[in-house]
Amino acid sequence: MPSDQERMLARAAREIRPGQIVNLGIGLPTRLFHYMPEDLEVLVHSENGVLGCQPLGRDAAPDYEMIDSGGAYIGTRPGASVFDSALSFAMIRRSRVDVTFMGAFEVDEQGNLANWKIPGKFSPGIGGAMELAQKVEKLVVLCSHNDKHGNPKILKQCRLPLTAPRCVSLIVTEKAVMEVTERGLEVIDIAEGLDVESLRAATEAELIIDESRLGRF
Amino acid sequence: MTLLNQKYTSAEDAIAMIPDGASIMVGGFGSPGTPFALLEELLAQGQKGLTLIKNDANEPDIGIGRLIRAGRVDRLITSHIGLNRVAIEEMNQGRLAVEMYPQGLLAEKIRCAGAGHLGFLTDIGLETEIAQQRRELELNGRKCAIEPAITADFALIHADVADTYGNLAYRGTAINFNPLMAMAADKVIAQAFRVESPGGLKPEAIHTPCAFVNHVVQVDPATSEQGIRAHAV
Repeated sequence: MPSDQERMLARAAREIRPGQIVNLGIGLPTRLFHYMPEDLEVLVHSENGVLGCQPLGRDAAPDYEMIDSGGAYIGTRPGASVFDSALSFAMIRRSRVDVTFMGAFEVDEQGNLANWKIPGKFSPGIGGAMELAQKVEKLVVLCSHNDKHGNPKILKQCRLPLTAPRCVSLIVTEKAVMEVTERGLEVIDIAEGLDVESLRAATEAELIIDESRLGRF
Repeated sequence: MTLLNQKYTSAEDAIAMIPDGASIMVGGFGSPGTPFALLEELLAQGQKGLTLIKNDANEPDIGIGRLIRAGRVDRLITSHIGLNRVAIEEMNQGRLAVEMYPQGLLAEKIRCAGAGHLGFLTDIGLETEIAQQRRELELNGRKCAIEPAITADFALIHADVADTYGNLAYRGTAINFNPLMAMAADKVIAQAFRVESPGGLKPEAIHTPCAFVNHVVQVDPATSEQGIRAHAV
């Protein structure tokens, strides 16, 4: 039986298309490396200045000058390049990165995202999140459906300071896969064994659900 | 400008030029590219009241983390300090003034200073909290914000290879902020694992031309802090 996170990662990995340039956020999204088929031809961008990174093989000795933005030692695949931080963010702001995955504290019906600051509690800085969120065409949020107290994280309107407005394309939680549309949040897939009523009860946002077309994951 | 044939020096002599209260750009994203040996010398010499400009705060016991811990830094201009709980605590206690920018804007503010500009216009962060501190205007019908360039008195740079004229070549993800800062600060001190005679680096292999670099210091990768950093995979 796969864990919730494993199911989310496997589902999220299906959003990556051959030929794309992909950015994996710190934390859970970094693990997507291990969920992409080996023959999938993509270049993983890391904002500290590398395009084409890949996990270090288990027996490979780390090169101390090769890390990803999460601080893990990495290797590179054929076709990779390294560059300075201004160029790395030029690539992001010019929308040359096709898809990015990141975590969230809150997401709402308009696709607003809050994932960098909880005033008074957590403010280590913005890092690359704001520019990735604003400029990458497809932003997939990977987060738990509720916080550790059970409160919904998928809201009608974000309450925390925004990372960027109207930037999220798709939300993948352990309970559902939701697409941000002009009409609101449309549920595409629902977790195996979960009913629609329970999903609605765990969510503050209004959910658009067509049960005849609902996928399972 | 320092004469070409007088740039190659010791860490001790180079760092001794930095006075109390100086503003200093420090290369590096996490550990790679952080000029650990120069920072060690700065710690040893005791300059205080410093303003540091670095992408992050390293970790509590390495790099600028040690300067912050020793109370030598008044102000930090940065992007993310999540790996340094001491810096976060100092910030929360009001002992360290921290100014934070989105990472790409920080890089661009530095790049811009290095290109001799006063600032640039951007649409990043327009509808977010960071907009409150900026002047906005309209250009060709689009709303944008002014981001002033950032300069500094000094930059401490880590390169892989240098020559004695001060030409620099970086390696891997240790490039990051280094070439940008090397152009943006008034006086630039670079450390390198290897320092060649002029001609030892191919012209097209040079990332930062020597015109931007004042002092070059050779550091030993085996004995510097460079060897003990960071994270498991």
